[in-house]
Amino acid sequence: MNDMTPERDARVANLKGMGCSRKRVEDARFTQGKGNYVDDISLPGMLTGDFVRSPYAHARIKSINTEAAMALEGVVAVLTAQDLAPLSLHWMPTLAGDKQMVLADGKVLFQGQEVAFVVAKDRYIAADAIELVEVEYEELPVIVDPIKSLQSDVVLREDLDPKAPGAHGPRKHHNHIFTWEVGDEAGTNAVIDDADVVAEASMYYHRTHPCPLEPCGCVASMDKVNGKLTLWGTFQAPHVVRTVASLLSGIEEHNIRVVSPDIGGGFGNKVGVYPGYVCSIVASIVTGVPVKWVEDRMDNLMTTAFARDYWMTGKISATKEGKITGLHCHVTADHGAFDACADPTKFPAGFMNICTGSYDIPIAYLGVDGVYTNKAPGGVSYRCSFRVTEAVYFIERMIEVLAIEMDMDPAELRRINFIKKEQFPYQSALGWEYDSGDYHTAWDKALKAVDYDGLRKEQAERVEAFKRGETRTLMGIGLSFFTEIVGAGPVKNCDILGMGMFDSCEIRIHPTGSAIARLGTISQGQGHATTFAQILASEIGIPADSITIEEGDTDTAPYGLGTYGSRSTPVAGAATAMAGRKIRAKAQMIAAYLLEVHDDDVEFDVDRFVVKGAPERFKTMGEIAYAAYNQAIPGIEPGLEAVSYYDPPNMTYPFGAYVCVMDIDVDTGVTDIRRFYALDDCGTRINPMVIEGQIHGGLTEALAVALGQEIAYDEMGNVKTGTLMDFFLPTAWEVPNYETDHTVTPSPHHPIGAKGVGESPHVGGVPCFSNAVQDAFRPFGNRHTNMPHDHWRIWQTANALGLHH
Amino acid sequence: MIPAAFEYHRPADIRGALSILVEHGDDARVLAGGHSLIPMMKLRMADVPHLIDLQDISSLKGITIEGGRITIGAMTTQHELITNDALHAAAPLLREAALQIADPQVRYMGTIGGNVANGDPGNDMPGLMQCLDATFTLEGPNGTRTVQARDFYEAAYTTDRDDAEILTHISLDATTAGYAYEKQKRKIGDYATAACAVLITKENGVVTSASVAMTNLSDVPVFSEAAAEALIGGTCDTAAVKAAVAAALADIDPTEDNRGPVKFKMHVAGVIIARAIERAWSRA
Repeated sequence: MNDMTPERDARVANLKGMGCSRKRVEDARFTQGKGNYVDDISLPGMLTGDFVRSPYAHARIKSINTEAAMALEGVVAVLTAQDLAPLSLHWMPTLAGDKQMVLADGKVLFQGQEVAFVVAKDRYIAADAIELVEVEYEELPVIVDPIKSLQSDVVLREDLDPKAPGAHGPRKHHNHIFTWEVGDEAGTNAVIDDADVVAEASMYYHRTHPCPLEPCGCVASMDKVNGKLTLWGTFQAPHVVRTVASLLSGIEEHNIRVVSPDIGGGFGNKVGVYPGYVCSIVASIVTGVPVKWVEDRMDNLMTTAFARDYWMTGKISATKEGKITGLHCHVTADHGAFDACADPTKFPAGFMNICTGSYDIPIAYLGVDGVYTNKAPGGVSYRCSFRVTEAVYFIERMIEVLAIEMDMDPAELRRINFIKKEQFPYQSALGWEYDSGDYHTAWDKALKAVDYDGLRKEQAERVEAFKRGETRTLMGIGLSFFTEIVGAGPVKNCDILGMGMFDSCEIRIHPTGSAIARLGTISQGQGHATTFAQILASEIGIPADSITIEEGDTDTAPYGLGTYGSRSTPVAGAATAMAGRKIRAKAQMIAAYLLEVHDDDVEFDVDRFVVKGAPERFKTMGEIAYAAYNQAIPGIEPGLEAVSYYDPPNMTYPFGAYVCVMDIDVDTGVTDIRRFYALDDCGTRINPMVIEGQIHGGLTEALAVALGQEIAYDEMGNVKTGTLMDFFLPTAWEVPNYETDHTVTPSPHHPIGAKGVGESPHVGGVPCFSNAVQDAFRPFGNRHTNMPHDHWRIWQTANALGLHH
Repeated sequence: MIPAAFEYHRPADIRGALSILVEHGDDARVLAGGHSLIPMMKLRMADVPHLIDLQDISSLKGITIEGGRITIGAMTTQHELITNDALHAAAPLLREAALQIADPQVRYMGTIGGNVANGDPGNDMPGLMQCLDATFTLEGPNGTRTVQARDFYEAAYTTDRDDAEILTHISLDATTAGYAYEKQKRKIGDYATAACAVLITKENGVVTSASVAMTNLSDVPVFSEAAAEALIGGTCDTAAVKAAVAAALADIDPTEDNRGPVKFKMHVAGVIIARAIERAWSRA
């Protein structure tokens, strides 16, 4: 058979399968304002709930008086912890094995904490009623620093027995949550003590927030006649929400339907379970009508899940030639008032133990101490797999600091330490098996693309001109090489609240040859309806345009663990391919019957099965589908459907090489990104245009975090960045032009070799932007300065280095 | 982010607006573009039982230029300032500054009158008006009066305007002076970390007149007469610019906020003032 005929090419093109830049099918509705978000849902008789929130970061509640609020016309109920206690719903379990107050029970532990839930006829009345709820507080000492928290006599969590172990083992102090250790500390210390060169750094990865455009919210509707609870909401994991809701409420799981409608961005913020969901459900059960709760921007920034807030110290050792010999990392992790991190159960610091990065480091140790403070709970993976952004930032800063210590070029230092292509699958010192990689090829391609040597020459000339007083602008070259770990994950070691992290796909082929596929994941902007149809098109030979992808309704979708941590393509994408292959296997039998040959005598060709050696004899997938339903075929059940639950054998390990060229005004701290080059290797590429969109978005969020985006608190625990005036959300104005590039190193264990891409640019981007800033000041003695690199912090760096007259 | 309930009024003329203002006193506020007042109401930091929307009052709109005098209606939007070519020819500093206010969406709604009358130290137009020596016309129940922009601002959100008065027009002389509005901000839509407006007239190679005013570096816009004096008679050489910057810095009193501490703001202000002077001089 000739594979290259124009006729066959036309059939391939018609499928719009893998590798083609198919336009996103979602965009027609999004760009015309026809999306259907949770706040678009309006049901007859629906009430609105809203929270009375604490103005204090730490205070005892002396009394709550709801009388005046209840007297306001249109107010239906005001719930407090007292009302939830008989149902045992005033506290709820967190994803991290801790528990969290749904409504303040005796005290508040962070500013903005939920104190009472007002239910009213509309949101305007609810807002007025909130002002009428009288809460008497007695202020308590506030702790916003986790290191001080571990030395403080102030007990934050009076509900916990200080002597009893927590969900992750023994606690060392009443404000301590867990210690998590990986690797060989004694061995690592011995190597570092004897090393030719040791570099050390302490760095604070500041607290920030995913800040999706659409905040969190839900509509709960309890139908008391048939006993069914329906919950629409901004859920990145609708099935998990259904199971948790069932366990908490006692309503049997078959009587709960959870629906994630269109979601306007998640980035980890919409993984957790929030008090608003619980209160809405209770309010609907109490009132018998639907209850809606939707956050405003300040609620979202101040109270729902934050990201990062890691105080990291590191030591890295090397031979005098620059070969890394050992790595030691300790983290003090600020988890806020409750441990509500969204990580797989056995990983209380997520996959922070990927912190050996892309380098062949023979021995390493990681220790993480989780700590309570008077800050909002959370600790989610903001556009990254679990804590991978922190890990990659750590190692990419340690590499730079080591390069400074050794007076070496940081690009060369990386090159001589990369894991080599032939070492894959590679066992890391901290327990991971990297599936595939070709780091040297990617690195060389990146450095060549930006003319790295030319950039260094230009930078040296700029430094000389600066010293001569001819310019006040410095030039920074930011490098980063990252390895992500995504696709959680193998059920043997990844679960959330005991639920294994597999994912699923169910396919139904219709008699006329179109199809619907349902998945356990949920798109929040990733374009699943576009890309999963492309996987199927290539697998089963039905055009992507004839395949509907549906997610998010637990009554119809197969059970899955949802979308976060770049797991959709590695896990649900694999399930899609595997279910597609089941369809194809049955189709092969049907085709053989129709063509009156043995099963082994037909083979799949783009959109049909052909008789081997006789390509003019074939049955298209359309013909096969019709026959599957309408023709009695001996020994074969009617219909053409398949389902696959995929438990991945391993994570996938996308990687990439990024370079940022930045000019910095030393006198004002203003930065100008002249160039940003991003090479990504996400294995097999399903839709290059969607990948490019993901990379632009992830880099933009990386720029935000590196250059200014933070949740900052004052000493009293007040949030200083609770609105978009002070919380930096970049617009087109602040975003540079990105140059994207790629190599392709397929995952050896994934059915189609794809690795996931949505979070790579964020993981690799943050250290790249930060390294550019830090590199600009390296010739003047800078070793490390903390993010975010906003104008005044950059100015402060320049000032401390004596660069201002 | 839901404001308390309020009565919405939309009078067709100034007389109607004034009568509502007089009737409700402190309980009433006029609404121009709404980009300062509405967020304050949503945050429940401003309680406005009676909101008087001025958008139907046609006499508050429009730009006229006659005999070298520019008159701008208070309800003229930033977008209209930017796109009016005659205004650009008569006072090019206005377009340069207006383009640095917020973003296009805000500029379609935000008005010059609201910007100058609110008394927010972060607003750009007050300092600009002081630099241009503009005159504000105020209409109240007792008639019309004028006040110079340089005399208008008393403290943050406190101005010479009486509660029962409406700022109706802004007038200023056309100018051919060299101009610059230099502004440092963290991002689009932000208030200034430091901003400075400068006008310089050059004759026979020396500065014959100068005007320097600054934004968001005190609780009011700051017109620095001393900075201007340091430039007059000179050639804007390094020493003169340095002296002007020193004089201007002596007139400001920035406070620490999320943009940075006072030391940083003073340093950046010095850089921004110097750049504004140098650019205005290059255009003089």
